[in-house]
Amino acid sequence: MKSVYTWCGILVIVFASVVGDVLLARAMKQVGDVHEFWRRAGLWVVVSRVLGNPNFFLGVTAMAVAFFGLLFALSWGDVSLVAPAAASLTFIGNAFAAKIFLHEEVDRRRWIAAVLVAGGVALLAA
Amino acid sequence: MTLRKYLVLAGVTVFAAAGDSMLSHGMKQTGSISVHHLEGIILAVLNPWVALGIVLLLAFFASYMNALSWADLTYVLPATSLGYVLLALAATFVLHEQVGPLRWLGIALISGGVGFVAGGPALTAHSEEERPRSKSPLLAKNASQGAPKATGVPTEEDLPAASGGLPR
Repeated sequence: MKSVYTWCGILVIVFASVVGDVLLARAMKQVGDVHEFWRRAGLWVVVSRVLGNPNFFLGVTAMAVAFFGLLFALSWGDVSLVAPAAASLTFIGNAFAAKIFLHEEVDRRRWIAAVLVAGGVALLAA
Repeated sequence: MTLRKYLVLAGVTVFAAAGDSMLSHGMKQTGSISVHHLEGIILAVLNPWVALGIVLLLAFFASYMNALSWADLTYVLPATSLGYVLLALAATFVLHEQVGPLRWLGIALISGGVGFVAGGPALTAHSEEERPRSKSPLLAKNASQGAPKATGVPTEEDLPAASGGLPR
């Protein structure tokens, strides 16, 4: 029963992280290059622009769901299962989501990277 | 890529690794949280390791947002994963834990994956980034050209284009 809980927790974490990552990435692309913006307009303008972005808030909410999911899952399952499983599945999910929703050019190089990193993260738990 | 940007990526890596490990350490001290005793979460946050972990993860978040403002999600994420390599190396050389061949293979795979991405461009989502600098009537057209696989859903293109045009 505990392992069912754990895997449900992992799925919740993965889904919420992917949604959060995509929304945050979109928000920050809408804000624009922070370094450039900071130099030109100052830190507070950057901060207020980030905080005023609706995608940022939705993304943070999704990340909060993922965070509490992680807290729950860590209390049910071993960190050596939960953390790498959630992380490696999130990598693969993010590669798909970035291609579909953010229109990033996820070329062969990046697919290989996503698979290698996901595999490596999974192996670290072994 | 400037030195500053590499520092931001390093911050993403280090803060994530340190924050996660402290959080995990703290949660092991706190013990299981049950659905029927949600106040356990409050108690968990009061644990100093969990609290410190949260502070470090906030620092991670700031550098992560910074990185996402000038680089692709699929570029920044592998950078975060180097944190796992850092953790494994710290376990070996600082904590003198036994790291088996499978874990070394895992470290090699992650490093290889990061190397793959690091050699490429940081930003490819030019449909949303570079094109808005051009004249606005062409925005939607350019955006869909830049992303050949896009299904052409107008809401997807409109959002970044509209706000991307503002500051420039």
